[in-house]
Amino acid sequence: MTSTPTPVRKRSALTKGQLPKYAPYVVLGVALVLGAAILALIGFNAFGWGVVSAILFAAGLVGWSAAVEGSRKAKDKLATCLVVGAFLVALLPLISVIWTVMVNGIPGLLNPGFLGTSMNGVTGVFDNRAAEGTGPVVGGIYHALIGTLQITLLATVISVPVGLLTAIYLVEYGNDRPLARAITFFVDVMTGIPSIVAGLFAAAFFFAVVGPGTKTGAVAAVALSVLMIPVVVRSSEEMLKIVPNELREAAYALGVRKWRTILKVVIPTAISGIASGVTLAIARVIGETAPILVTAGFATSINNNVFGGWMASLPTFIYTQILNPTSPSNPDPSSQRAWGAALVLIILVMLLNLGARLIARVFAPKAGR
Amino acid sequence: MTTTSLTSSRGAGRAGDKVFSGAALAAGCLILAVLFGVALFLVIQAIPAFTAPAADIQGGEGFFAYIWPIVIGTLIAAIIALAIATPVSIGVALFISHFAPRGLASGLGYVIDLLAAIPSVVYGAWGAAFLAPQISPAYGWLAANMGWLPIFQGPASATGKTILTAGIVLSVMVIPIITSLSREIFLQTPKLHEEAALALGATRWEMIKMSVLPFARPGIISAVMLGLGRALGETMAVALVLSSGALTASLIQSGNQTIAAEIALNFPEASGLKVSTLIAAGLVLFVITLAVNMIARWIISRHKEFSGAN
Repeated sequence: MTSTPTPVRKRSALTKGQLPKYAPYVVLGVALVLGAAILALIGFNAFGWGVVSAILFAAGLVGWSAAVEGSRKAKDKLATCLVVGAFLVALLPLISVIWTVMVNGIPGLLNPGFLGTSMNGVTGVFDNRAAEGTGPVVGGIYHALIGTLQITLLATVISVPVGLLTAIYLVEYGNDRPLARAITFFVDVMTGIPSIVAGLFAAAFFFAVVGPGTKTGAVAAVALSVLMIPVVVRSSEEMLKIVPNELREAAYALGVRKWRTILKVVIPTAISGIASGVTLAIARVIGETAPILVTAGFATSINNNVFGGWMASLPTFIYTQILNPTSPSNPDPSSQRAWGAALVLIILVMLLNLGARLIARVFAPKAGR
Repeated sequence: MTTTSLTSSRGAGRAGDKVFSGAALAAGCLILAVLFGVALFLVIQAIPAFTAPAADIQGGEGFFAYIWPIVIGTLIAAIIALAIATPVSIGVALFISHFAPRGLASGLGYVIDLLAAIPSVVYGAWGAAFLAPQISPAYGWLAANMGWLPIFQGPASATGKTILTAGIVLSVMVIPIITSLSREIFLQTPKLHEEAALALGATRWEMIKMSVLPFARPGIISAVMLGLGRALGETMAVALVLSSGALTASLIQSGNQTIAAEIALNFPEASGLKVSTLIAAGLVLFVITLAVNMIARWIISRHKEFSGAN
């Protein structure tokens, strides 16, 4: 530590007026004990213990620092405590949500037939029996899974070509023209469209063009595309921008036409980033509830035709099972199904997020950048 | 264009160029058309709600009387969400950019991004099934001890399904947005400014106060505005958590409603004029969020040149 070879550690003038290194640990220990004591007086619970101890820790450390180190250092300690506290506060809901979904969702997910059956013919009678313990919880999410996958797939099929071509226009052809700047601006604006407004737009569009009350999976896919296109444009644009210009110039120098340069040189170089951006965009829209709610209606049976008839999806399934349980007098089987579906949905989204990271890492160009 | 033997190629090549650039241009224009279409079709479908006799609109007093309580409700929920999310997000962003150990920082950033990955309906379900029952005793305490404030006027909701709970759930959904934007901006603070402050003997907090925060202020404002846009338009957290009702000042009673939740709850069963009314409500929401987002983008672009924060 110190350069002086003396075995006796004397506090030098430089480190005078500082808290010893072990100070936070001492304060933490005292705060935990005091917090437990206080909580024991008013009824113990882990959450309250954490909160009280954290407040005691911050107060103790700042107070000690103010006494020894002066007000400037004390303010610094206070800011550090607040910032770390903010981070811990932000973690609480994440842990709580994941824990709640796991605890409530696993029984539903492990229920036999949950992934393989639909809600067709499942009425309140079955749920009442299940709640009384005289029958199993029947019904599952097969129809919703089919709906979610089809709607999301169709939305991807619409969004990726439009989004990618727009990004190509902005990067390769735009040259900062007024049109390119307008597109960039409105893509930013589109990012902020509330999801329910996107749903209303798709509904209003199909009501006006096809006929009032048109609700199919395809309408939902259009609504999701409105949400997905700006995400695809932004991420692809970023990726195309970082393709080195030398690659393009080398291709032009060999006499390759611009469109072949883009298709054979630029896009293959950026493909890992584009693919991971698209995957993240899918992860974003697969959990959207509101646009599907107003465009695809609710279905309890399997509908394999995305262009006709109402269609279920995982998010709307969760929503309806919670808000309108199949058996209003016994909502427990419905909420078990809803949490099971929520767990499946979270797993899907997490897999997509993980997939995006893997794609970005595995298919990244070996050299360049 | 002189065609010599060197530059001439098969027609396919040149046609390919035309087709490809045309397709790219068309895709770009399609986006403009879609945004224009959003506004156009919403207006077309909403017109009956504006022109219908006042008695036919839900509530019987015309569209304006129908829309203004839920506009206020939307604003209340968004303000609660921002009041909670802004300080927490700035704290988290500072933690990741300036306090956490270097090696951990990106991993912690990813953890916060996970918050954004969880679907909104799951947050809604969590808010209704877990948070509301847990938090209702606190509402009882607030009503008993701070009931003299109009916003905490009792009797508190026994289920906890109030606008305050909805606002808390909204804040959780807004935190990752404000955090990731602020973090980017904090990281762009010129290193020399920070080092100069430290060299003059500033503590870490004084360095942040003197060099990071002034630099990042416009960025933080626009991040908060973008978070506001999200909070205004979020549907599920409110639709599942709030037991809605008439506009009330008290945050801990059931009551109030937001535009997005009103649409989600009523649209699936609506028909005729009710559809138009709800689409008109959506149009109002669209205009509000559009204005908020454009102001945010404008603030960003105004400071882009000299701050690099975008």
